[in-house]
Amino acid sequence: MSTSENSSGGGTVEYIQHHLTNLCVGDCDPVTHKATGFWAWHLDTLFFSIVLGALIVAVSWRLGKNLSAEAPGGFQNFVESIIEFVSSQVKDTFPGHNPLIAPLALTIFLWVWLMNFMDLIPVDLLPVIAGLFGINYLKVVPTTDLSTTFAMSLTVFILIVYYNIKIKGVGGYLKMFLFHPFGKFLVPVNIVMTLIEELAKPLSLGLRLFGNLFAGELVFLLIALIGGTLATGLAALFWLPLQVVLDLGWLIFHLLIITLQAFIFMVLTIVYLGMAHVEDH
Amino acid sequence: MNITVTLIGQMAAFVLLIWFVNKVLWGPLNNLLAERQKRIADGLAAAEKGKHELELSEKNAKEALRKAKQQAAEIIAQSEKRASEIVEEAKNNARAEGERLITAAKAEIEQEVNRAKEQLRAQVASIAASGAEKILKREIDRKAHDDLLKDLASQI
Repeated sequence: MSTSENSSGGGTVEYIQHHLTNLCVGDCDPVTHKATGFWAWHLDTLFFSIVLGALIVAVSWRLGKNLSAEAPGGFQNFVESIIEFVSSQVKDTFPGHNPLIAPLALTIFLWVWLMNFMDLIPVDLLPVIAGLFGINYLKVVPTTDLSTTFAMSLTVFILIVYYNIKIKGVGGYLKMFLFHPFGKFLVPVNIVMTLIEELAKPLSLGLRLFGNLFAGELVFLLIALIGGTLATGLAALFWLPLQVVLDLGWLIFHLLIITLQAFIFMVLTIVYLGMAHVEDH
Repeated sequence: MNITVTLIGQMAAFVLLIWFVNKVLWGPLNNLLAERQKRIADGLAAAEKGKHELELSEKNAKEALRKAKQQAAEIIAQSEKRASEIVEEAKNNARAEGERLITAAKAEIEQEVNRAKEQLRAQVASIAASGAEKILKREIDRKAHDDLLKDLASQI
């Protein structure tokens, strides 16, 4: 792995920055490739997330065609265990019954996990392949793009507001802002507090996932640099094994993190929507 | 962070994916799991019912066996009683028959004896008559002495 292969200028900073730049089309800064306006398409994010979503649908479709109640095959057993896991989480943390919650939680868990999993693919593999086709920027992990994480957290936020209003009514929802958490004598404080509390939900959801995955990707890049820039000539004999060992360690640890982050996003979604369903909040 | 078309696109993808997952994955599999759960519950209930029925029929069988044994014992006792009765009856019959035979035999013997006595008497009378004839050496009027001879014979 060498830096000059992928970055325009060379050097570690460019290498990392290059890897963390989306393939931006539309209203983008021509130099930094950052979005400048509304019409900024992050094609890599959109591509990988939609491909992974389509993968879920395709695999489910194939599985759904030969479902067997009597003799479930190995893969069906595996999927059943995931579904039962999500189902039990929903049953444990969600009060009452809402047919949307479980599929929502399942979708979040599967999709986020798959998008996070892109992080475990060697950092240079897909960008190099894309480079062969003339695509110079590629960020393969959709969850390291704030657009993805906030897309999900904002959708969840919209659902939170929707169910708050549906269950408590508009008046009940506004009352929550006025009299929670300190009762009727501290209305201004209550408004600020509840507003912060409500806004913190989507913000923390989106930022937590983004931060964890971004940091994980960054560590992968730094590990990739050990063998890439520091190793020249005989020194490679020392640095390359170190890179392999560190990479393996971080891979194993990160496997835990991506599962944990997918799980946390799912559980918090259930909890937030559960809070929206409870009358006396 | 700008609000970009990517964000909107990802939201649309997310919502669509929820819809798809619900339709092709969650729905069918959840139905399957619910169905299987119901079948297992039904199976367990059926097993429980079967166990109960088994217990019941075992109890019934025991009861029937007990009754049959009791009946058999009764029948045996009855037949034993009947057998002893039959034996007793046979004994009585045999005894009566024996007695009857003995009486008949005795009567016949008596008859025989009487008949022999009659014959003997007649023979003695004729012998006596012929003897007297010889003793007297002369013809006696048989008719005149017949009554006497009969009287003699009856005394023998």
